[in-house]
Amino acid sequence: MSGDPLTHKPAISFLGTTALLLEAVGETSLPVQQKIWALSKEIVSWPEVLEAVSGMNNLMICFHRPPADPASFIQRLEDAWQAVEPLTVEGRTIVLPVVYGGEAGPHISDVMAHTGLTVDEIAEIHSAPLYPVYALGSHPGYCYLGGMDHRIATPRRKTPVLKIPGGAVSIGGFQTGVSASDGPSGWNTIGSTAMSFFDVSKNPPNLLQPGDMIRFTIERVVR
Amino acid sequence: MIEILSSSSLVTVQDLGRFGALGLGVSHSGAMDRLALMAGQILLEQSDQLAGIEIPIFPFKIKFHQPCRFVLTGADHQARLGDEMVWPWMVAEAGTGQVLTIERAESARWPASRVYLCVAGGIDVPLALGSRSTQLRGQFGGFCGRILQKGDQLPIGISTAMAKTVLKVGVVPPALSMPRLREGVVLIRVMRAAEYEAFTQASREALWASPWKITSQSDRYGYRLSGPTISPEHPLELRSHGIVPGVIQVPHGGQPIIQMRDAQPSGGYPKIATVIEADLWRLGQAPIGSSVYFVEVTWQEAVEALDEIESWLEEVRRMIALARFDSNGDVPS
Repeated sequence: MSGDPLTHKPAISFLGTTALLLEAVGETSLPVQQKIWALSKEIVSWPEVLEAVSGMNNLMICFHRPPADPASFIQRLEDAWQAVEPLTVEGRTIVLPVVYGGEAGPHISDVMAHTGLTVDEIAEIHSAPLYPVYALGSHPGYCYLGGMDHRIATPRRKTPVLKIPGGAVSIGGFQTGVSASDGPSGWNTIGSTAMSFFDVSKNPPNLLQPGDMIRFTIERVVR
Repeated sequence: MIEILSSSSLVTVQDLGRFGALGLGVSHSGAMDRLALMAGQILLEQSDQLAGIEIPIFPFKIKFHQPCRFVLTGADHQARLGDEMVWPWMVAEAGTGQVLTIERAESARWPASRVYLCVAGGIDVPLALGSRSTQLRGQFGGFCGRILQKGDQLPIGISTAMAKTVLKVGVVPPALSMPRLREGVVLIRVMRAAEYEAFTQASREALWASPWKITSQSDRYGYRLSGPTISPEHPLELRSHGIVPGVIQVPHGGQPIIQMRDAQPSGGYPKIATVIEADLWRLGQAPIGSSVYFVEVTWQEAVEALDEIESWLEEVRRMIALARFDSNGDVPS
C-alpha cells in the first residue's frame, strides 16, 4: 500500500522558519483532503502551532516560534498523519450561474488554445461536476474546489495579471475557483458569476466552509 | 484626532498584523518594516501592538486636532512641525492645530522607502479579526478598510504612557546599526524552498550570483523582481498550498516574485526560496528601482537572526527605560 496517498509518507518542506508545508503525494482526492482536515484539527492544539492552513491535499503549519528541533517536530507530524482518520463533513450546496466567455472570460481563448475545445464545450465540461470546497484561501471569501475535469486543465499564466474582478471564474492548472474580490491572479479567467462570499461582520465571515459544495450552471455562453 | 491633508495613495493604518485568519483567506498584512513600527511604539513608552501609519509616498501632511506626542521612524526623511524641524527616530510633541509635513530626504543617510508615524495612544481604529491593520483586498481593518484620503479624520487612543516629559533620546535606525550589504547592495538572507532543486543549475547559480532589481510593479502584496530568467528543469504545475510573506515564487515567465505582507495566504507557482522573517523589515524598506542580493542561510542561522532582532528591540526598550529613570528618577512603570 506504499502508493496509497492516505498512508504514504507526505512530502515536508519549510517556508523559512515561519511555517512548514506538508503535502500528500499522489492523485488529488477528497478522502486525502478529509485527512488534511482531520490533521489540521488535531495539530492546532500543539503548543508550537500558531495556525494550520489547508490547501489542496496539503497543509501549511505556521509556528508561534520556530521549533528548536525541527526534525523531531517533523517526526511527530508524520506520526499524526498516519494516525488520523478522514473527517467527513455534511456540507451545503450552493448554485452559481456563470456567464462563460466574452468580456467576463478574457482568458478563455488561452484555455481553448491549450485544450483544443470550444467555448461551449469548456462551459459544458466546467459546469458538469458538483465541486466540493477543499479549502478556503487566496483572499477573503475564496474557495479552492476539487473535482475539476482534467480535459479543461490549463497551466497558470506565465505572468500573473495585476487585477481580475470579483466574481471571476477561473482555471489554474487542474483547479478551478471563483474570485471573491478584485485582485491579482495567475489563473485563466473563463467567466463570471455574482455572489457575496465574505462579510467580516459575520461569524464565520466566509459564506462557504470546507466540505460545502458548489454547482456552476450555464447562465449564458458568449462565443 | 488627526486629519490627513495630503491626497496621497498607498498610505495605510498598520499594526503588526492579523494572525490566525490565513485559513479564511485573510493575509497577515501589518507594517512592511515591523522594527520601525515597534521602535516607534517603544519610544512612545507604549504597547508595540498599537497601530501607526505607514507612509511610502511623499510629501505627506497631517494636522493635529489635539495635543499629541508622536515619533517618525523608518526611512530617512525631512519633517517639519509648523516651522520647526522634527528629528527622525525621536519623540516630539504637537499642539492643537499644528501641521506636520514629511518630505523625502534630499540625501538619505540610509536607503529606505517607508516612514512610520506613531502617536501616543495609537491610531484608534476598531479591531477587525484581532488587528487594526488595513486589509485592502477584503476592504476591512485599518481606516474603513482602505488607503487614507485627504480629509480623513483618524481617532487617537487614550495615552497610557505615565511620562510627564518628552524624552530627549533617539534610536539609531537598524539600517545603520545592523547593516547587511554586499558591494553596497542590500543582502537578503533566504532559505531554500520546496522546489529549489527542480530549477536548472544555471537558474540556481543565478539566484545567488545576480543582483535582483525591485521593479515598479512592486507593492505591499509582492515585489516583482527583474534579473536573469529562472527556469525549472520541467514545467511545474503545483496544487495550491499555503504560503507566507517572504516566499519567492517563480511564475512560468521566469521572473521571481517575493510575497510581502499583504500577499495572499496561498499560491501555486513553484517556490525557489523564502526570505527569512528576520530580514523582511529590511526588504520591506528596499526602494523600488533598487537591487538586492540573496544569500543562503540554514535553519539555525535563521533562528539566530530572529534572536538578533529580539535583542535589538530589547536594547531599545532598556535604553528608553533608563532614559526615563534618568529624567525623573521614577521607576519606569
